[in-house]
Amino acid sequence: MSGSTEPEIIVLHGRGIVPGVAEGEALVTRDHISGWGGIDSRTGTIVETRHELRGVSFAGKVLVFPGAKGSSGWSNAFHLTRTMGTAPAAMLFNEMTTKIALGAVVTHAPTVTDFDRDPLDVIETGDWVRVDGDKGTVEIRKRRHSDGRPKESWSKPEPPPRSCALT
Amino acid sequence: MRLTEEEQAMYEGRDGPAVQRAMDLLMRYGRALGAERLVETNNVTASISASTPFMRDFAKQKGGMNAVFSEFSLDSPDVVEIPKVKVFTSHVQLGFDPAQAARMGVPEEAVHFYKKGEAFTTGLGVQAMNTCTPYQVGNVPTRGEHCAWMESSAVIYCNSVLGARTNTEGRESAGAAMLTGRIPYWGYHLDENRLGSHKVELGIDVETTADWGMLGYWIGDQVQERVPVVTGAGGRFSKAPNLARLKHFGAAASSSGGVEMYHLVGITPEAMTVEQAIGRGRPVDTLHYGAEERLATWRKLNANATDTAVDYVMLGCPHYTIEQIWEAARLLEGRKVHENCELWLFTPRAIKTIADQNGYTKIIEEAGGHILSDSCSAMSRATPKGTKVVALDSAKQAHYLPAILGLQAWFGTTADCIEAACTGRWDGRLA
Repeated sequence: MSGSTEPEIIVLHGRGIVPGVAEGEALVTRDHISGWGGIDSRTGTIVETRHELRGVSFAGKVLVFPGAKGSSGWSNAFHLTRTMGTAPAAMLFNEMTTKIALGAVVTHAPTVTDFDRDPLDVIETGDWVRVDGDKGTVEIRKRRHSDGRPKESWSKPEPPPRSCALT
Repeated sequence: MRLTEEEQAMYEGRDGPAVQRAMDLLMRYGRALGAERLVETNNVTASISASTPFMRDFAKQKGGMNAVFSEFSLDSPDVVEIPKVKVFTSHVQLGFDPAQAARMGVPEEAVHFYKKGEAFTTGLGVQAMNTCTPYQVGNVPTRGEHCAWMESSAVIYCNSVLGARTNTEGRESAGAAMLTGRIPYWGYHLDENRLGSHKVELGIDVETTADWGMLGYWIGDQVQERVPVVTGAGGRFSKAPNLARLKHFGAAASSSGGVEMYHLVGITPEAMTVEQAIGRGRPVDTLHYGAEERLATWRKLNANATDTAVDYVMLGCPHYTIEQIWEAARLLEGRKVHENCELWLFTPRAIKTIADQNGYTKIIEEAGGHILSDSCSAMSRATPKGTKVVALDSAKQAHYLPAILGLQAWFGTTADCIEAACTGRWDGRLA
């Protein structure tokens, strides 16, 4: 059998903490994220000096990260990304804190946590991810085979209409 | 979440739309956390000001300070009129010092708008302390008091040094708390979450304020958002660290990691013994901090600086105590700040008044330095014109300024910083 045309879909189950459905390309980091002083809300870019994603923007991406750290301005910094149009499409994280809980709630981006499998082990940057914050499910279409070859059948789906993320 | 009758009434709109929106946000936030209920609080520390250009424009376009509060303090879908606050609330630091706006490069128009905003804030009954250190100027929670505080360096001080109880709240949850007197009962409000997760054994004595900052910076990096329990060299601290040292220690630990609570065995109120701090029979990891770790931290904090010509020395992160201003004044007395350098020192307004009375302001100004209040360079993004290289005695500020303003930052003791201000050169060495 040579290369199925149906891309493999991996499904994670967790607890949705912000409702709504959104999808987009994954942006994955194993570093915690600082809000105030760690991101530039105007562009959705990570600016923390020693962060592995320094200079990378999460605007419109499904942001996958261990959790929040740093200033209590976390929620406000992410709240501002919503009002400035640079918010992530959705967020997936592992470690619950008040910063991330409040930040996710006020960003209005569908958000899921408490997973049955660690999303950091399953999702890679560039995978296409659909997040359902009502059901707490995450569907992942891998961009690459496990040996690193790109999938022939992988093509970026059309993003959903913007309103979809705001339900 | 379970609500009391009083909370249900607020949620259903008995106290008007702003309180209803506040309860709605607390419910969404509490459910996200997995909290089962809310807890009463009569002590909030929050930011409601609009001193950045974006916030000013937002206010102008959307309906003034009520619009700013509705969006950024309540996450409300509509603009509602904000009533007076229900509970004691301190305002955190601002985007600039309104008394020295020109020095900070802030236009007159921004000051005019700020003053309108301050009238709104104080009109609601919020205390215009305008500091990251409310515990210095009249908001000193008692042990066990449930609080809803913003400002990570204040939160860690509140939990660890004072033994009061708060999570790191954000602008929106603190906004909701001041209108309702409620906050989710979760995290550090509960006994079991206040116990230590890591033991940190010191192999060396930690002396200066800068030393305490380095220790905090290292610990935050190691434990991230967990609860470290620190034991002094040889099992006990030879000296109790003062307010300034713990202020710098906590600020650093909450910047490099997300530490909101720590214990110093024999010093802080919930850690008379290791067992009290960690809990009976709970296994925890043990970390060791000695000369090697101290050196590595000092190198890390100085890693992005190469140019020894210093343009700017900033002291007062977190806001300086009167004791620290006294120290700076003694180091500066009879000297002059170098012509290629500027010295700014930040403190709360109330402490600046004492510095004025004591003659410290005069000494610092005669040397060519300036005492500012209400803000800092990280909050304001303001530095003296043309600044490329800054010297700091705060690990927290050294963590943030290179990221926020793209500056080279040197980190050292207060004495190193005053020396740099007077010579225009960085010559800090690890003693």
